[in-house]
Amino acid sequence: MNLKSRLAAPARAHRHPTLLRLRGRVGWGWRAAVAVVLPFLALATSAAPAPATTIERVVSPGGIEAWLVREPAVPLIAVDFAFSGGAVQDPAGKAGTANLVASLLDDGVGEFDSKTFHDRLERKAIELGFTADRESIHGSLRTLTENRDEAFEDLRLALNAPRFDSSDVELNRAQILSMLRRATSSPADIANRRWWETAFAGHPYGRPANGTLESVPNIAIDDVKAYAKRVLARGNLKIAVVGDIDAEAVKTMLDRVFGALPAQPELASIEAATPQGLGRRIVVNLDVPQAVIEFGGAGIARKDPDFMAAYIVNHILGGGAFSSRLYREVREKRGLAYSVNDSLLWLDHSALFIGSTATRDDRTGETLDLVQKEIHRLAEDGPTADELAKAKAYLNSSFALNLDTSSKVAGLLVQLQRDDLGIDYISRRQAMIEAVTLDVAKRVAKRLLDGGLLVTVVGKPAGIASTGATAN
Amino acid sequence: MRDAERGALSFWPAEIILVSKMLMLALALACACAARAQAAPDVADFTLANGLEVVVIPDHRAPVVTHMIWYKVGGADETAGKSGIAHFLEHLMFKGTEKNPDASFSQDVAEIGGQENAFTASDYTGFYQRVPRQHLKEMMALEADRMTGLVLTDEVVRPELNVVLEEQNMRVANNPAGRLGEQIDAALYLNHPYGRPVIGWRHEIEKLTRDDALAFYRRFYTPNNAVVIVAGDVTADAVKADAEATYDKVAVRAEIAPRVRPKEPVQEAPRTVTLADSRVEQPSVTRDYLVPSATTAQRGESEALDVLAHVVGSGANSRLYRTLVVDKAIALNAGAFYSGTALDYGKFGVYGSPKPGVPLHAVEDGIDAILADVIEHGITADELDRAKTRLIADAVYAQDNQAALARWYGAAIACGQTVAMVRDWPDQIRAVTADAVQLAAKKWLDRRSSVTGYLVNSLQSEEKRS
Repeated sequence: MNLKSRLAAPARAHRHPTLLRLRGRVGWGWRAAVAVVLPFLALATSAAPAPATTIERVVSPGGIEAWLVREPAVPLIAVDFAFSGGAVQDPAGKAGTANLVASLLDDGVGEFDSKTFHDRLERKAIELGFTADRESIHGSLRTLTENRDEAFEDLRLALNAPRFDSSDVELNRAQILSMLRRATSSPADIANRRWWETAFAGHPYGRPANGTLESVPNIAIDDVKAYAKRVLARGNLKIAVVGDIDAEAVKTMLDRVFGALPAQPELASIEAATPQGLGRRIVVNLDVPQAVIEFGGAGIARKDPDFMAAYIVNHILGGGAFSSRLYREVREKRGLAYSVNDSLLWLDHSALFIGSTATRDDRTGETLDLVQKEIHRLAEDGPTADELAKAKAYLNSSFALNLDTSSKVAGLLVQLQRDDLGIDYISRRQAMIEAVTLDVAKRVAKRLLDGGLLVTVVGKPAGIASTGATAN
Repeated sequence: MRDAERGALSFWPAEIILVSKMLMLALALACACAARAQAAPDVADFTLANGLEVVVIPDHRAPVVTHMIWYKVGGADETAGKSGIAHFLEHLMFKGTEKNPDASFSQDVAEIGGQENAFTASDYTGFYQRVPRQHLKEMMALEADRMTGLVLTDEVVRPELNVVLEEQNMRVANNPAGRLGEQIDAALYLNHPYGRPVIGWRHEIEKLTRDDALAFYRRFYTPNNAVVIVAGDVTADAVKADAEATYDKVAVRAEIAPRVRPKEPVQEAPRTVTLADSRVEQPSVTRDYLVPSATTAQRGESEALDVLAHVVGSGANSRLYRTLVVDKAIALNAGAFYSGTALDYGKFGVYGSPKPGVPLHAVEDGIDAILADVIEHGITADELDRAKTRLIADAVYAQDNQAALARWYGAAIACGQTVAMVRDWPDQIRAVTADAVQLAAKKWLDRRSSVTGYLVNSLQSEEKRS
C-alpha cells in the first residue's frame, strides 16, 4: 500500500509537498523536505528517559529477539521490523528489485489474492506496509489490540507466503515506472540521483533504490521470488514492538510470524565505499524558475568515536532548523531560500553528510558560494563555545519529543538495533553528548567538513557551469 | 474523510502534512468507543476573560507537551489585491517583539530542545511549539507577547518576502501540479475568496509591504480571535492557571466582525481547466466538487460525505481503485477525498492517472461511470460497514499522536466547529446510513458545481472530447 499512497492524487502533489521516502520516521512538523535519507536517530538524544522508554529485550522460545515497549494507554499495537539487505542486494542490471518486492508483500498472500487480502485487512482496520531503502526492507504493522491475532496472522502470511501473482507484479511495475518517469523531470529527484550516481559510481549505492526506466522492465517474477527468499530471513532481522501487549504475547507472536523464515539470508557482500567526485560541481539544465542544489561530502561512521561530535557539528551547520548557520545566513538574513539544511547519513558501508537547498535561478551562484563559505568557515574555525553549549542542550532535551507516539518509538527501536548501539544506548547518550569538548568539536568539524563537496545543481542557474572532470 | 489542511502552508518545510494524513481522517477521543474506554482522553475546554478559548488534551505517555495557538484568520480573510498577506505575516511573526527581540523566541525554543513551526490556510493561521512539559508556561508567555508585541523593520521584512517568493517557487512555479491546483481553485469558486491561493498570487506577493502586514496583524491578532490547544503531559487545572497568568493579561485590541465571506452563486456550468507543461511525464485528471463543510452541512451530511469518499476512493478496496486500476486496468492510480474542515465550503475530489497508452478521457469516463452508479444505486451494506470500521478505527489510531490530535481540534475549532462536534465524530459516523450516503452523492456530485482539471504534457496532445 505504500506504493499506492505514494502515487496518490498526482494532480494534488501540492497538498502533500513532501512525498519523499525517509529511512526512519521523522517527528512531525519538522525536518526538511529534501530527497535525503534521514535516519531517525538523527533526532534522538537522551535526557531523562521518558516513561515510555523502558525497553525490554524479549527472546522467543525459538530464539527470535525483539525489543518491546509496553504502553497500555492506547489500545493499539505497532510492530516495526527491518531486514538488512535493501536495494544494495538488487541483482546486477535489475535495480529496483527490492523496491518491487516491498511493494508486493502486502498484495496476494497464501490463499488470498490481492483483492481478498486488502479486503481482509480493511475489515479489521489493520495497517500493513513495506518499504525498501538502500539497505533494508522495512515492515510496519498497526492494529487495534482487539484484532491482534488476525493482524499477526496477516503479517505471517505476508512474510512467509507472498504470491507475487503476475497481475500484481505488472501493476506494481507500471506504477513504479510511472513514478520514475515523473522523477525524470523533477529537479529535486534529478539533483539527488545525479549526486548519488556520481558519488558512488560503480558501487551499489550509486544505483537508484527505486530502479531506473531501463532496469525495472527487466525484473522477472523469478527475480522477485529469488530476492524475497534470499533476503527475508531471521539472521538479518531486527524487530520492535510497541503498545498494548505483554512480553509473553510478543514471544508467541515472534515464533508464529517469523519462526518459519530461513535462519540466514544469502547476501552479496558489499564493499566499503567513500564518496567520489568531491570538488566537482555538476549542472543539469532544466527549465524551471528555481534551481535545486544538493551538496555533500564524506561523513563519519556511526561507530567512530568522533561520531557524536560530528553529529553536533552538523546540527550547528544545518541540522537545527531555525538555529543553524545555514538557516541564518541563507534564509533569514538574505532570503535566498525557503529550505536549507544538511544531515549526517550513516550507511552500513559508508558515511556522508548531505544537504540541499533551492533558490531562484539568478541567485544560484550567490547561494552556492554562501553554503560553501559557511561549510569552510565551520571547518576552519569550528563552532563557538556558545554554539556548542546550545547544541548540546538541544540534543539532550529534545529526545523526549521523539518518543510520544508508538510509531516513533518503534522506528527508533529498530534503528538502534540496526545500528547495533545496545539496549542501554538511550541512557548513555546524554553523557556521550556532554563529553564533546570544544577542542574535539573543532577537530571534528575540520575532519568532517574539510574534505570537499560534490555539488549537483538542476535548473537554469545564471553563470554556473559544471566544473571538475567531465560532467553532464 | 476530513482533511484538516485546506492547502495549509508551513513556515518551514515540514512533515506535518504527510504524517497527519492518516490521522487527520479521524480524531479521536473521548468516545472512540470502538475499543476500550480507558483510552479516552478527557478533553477540557474553557474561555479566558479576554475571550481566548483554551482546549486541553491530556496524554501522559511522554513528558512532553504540544502548545498551539490558532488565529481565526487565513487567506480567505484577506483584502482583495493583497493575497498572501496572511501567510506573509505568519512568516514575519518570527521576527521578534520589543520584549523578546529578533529571534529570541526561536532561540529559547531551541535551547530547551523544543521544536516549532507555523502554518497558514484559508481559514486559520497557527503557531506551535513541542517542548518538555515544564516549559509550557514559558511558551505561553512568549506566544502571548507576540500576539500584540510584534516589531517589524524593513530590514527584516524584505529578506522574508524573498523567502516567501522562494516558497512559492518551490510549491507552485516549479511544480506543474501545484500550478494546476491554483487554476482549479480559481475556477471552482466563482465568488468566494477560497479561489485565491493561500500563498498568494505571485504578482501580489511581490508588492506586499511591512505596513500591509502590520495592518493585518492589528486587525486580526487579538485574544478574542484565537484558540489555544495544549496536548500532552498536563492537567486542565495547571494549564488554566498558566493561561490566566500569561494569555489572559493580553488586552483585547480589536473587535472581530463575524466571518461572513461572499457566497457562491448558483453554479450552472461545469468548468474544465487544462495545464500543459513539457515536464509532465504522467498525465492525470482530477475533479473537485463544491460541497458543504463539516461546519455548514446539515446534521449527518458531512459524515455521509466522509463515508462516500471512503467507499468511492480510499485505498485498494475502493470502487475507483478496484475498478479502474485492478479490474479494468486502465489507470495506474485512482481515488477520492472529502475535505470538510472549512468555515464555508468543503470539497469532494476524485482523480485518476491513466496507464501508458490509455487516453485521459477513458479514465475520466471510468470515474464518471462509478459516480453515476453510486448516485443511482447507492452503496452496499457491506461497503458501509467496512467504511465505518475503518473510519472509527482511525479515531483510535489518532490517539497515538498528541500533536495530530492538537492539530485536529485546532483546525476544527478555527473553522467554526466545537469540541463536542469533534469528540462526537465517531458517533456521527456510526449513525450514517446507506441511504444518507446515496442522498449525499445525488445531491452534491453535480457536474455543474465542479471543475475538472487536466494535467498534460502539451495542449496538442490533449485529447479532444467528442
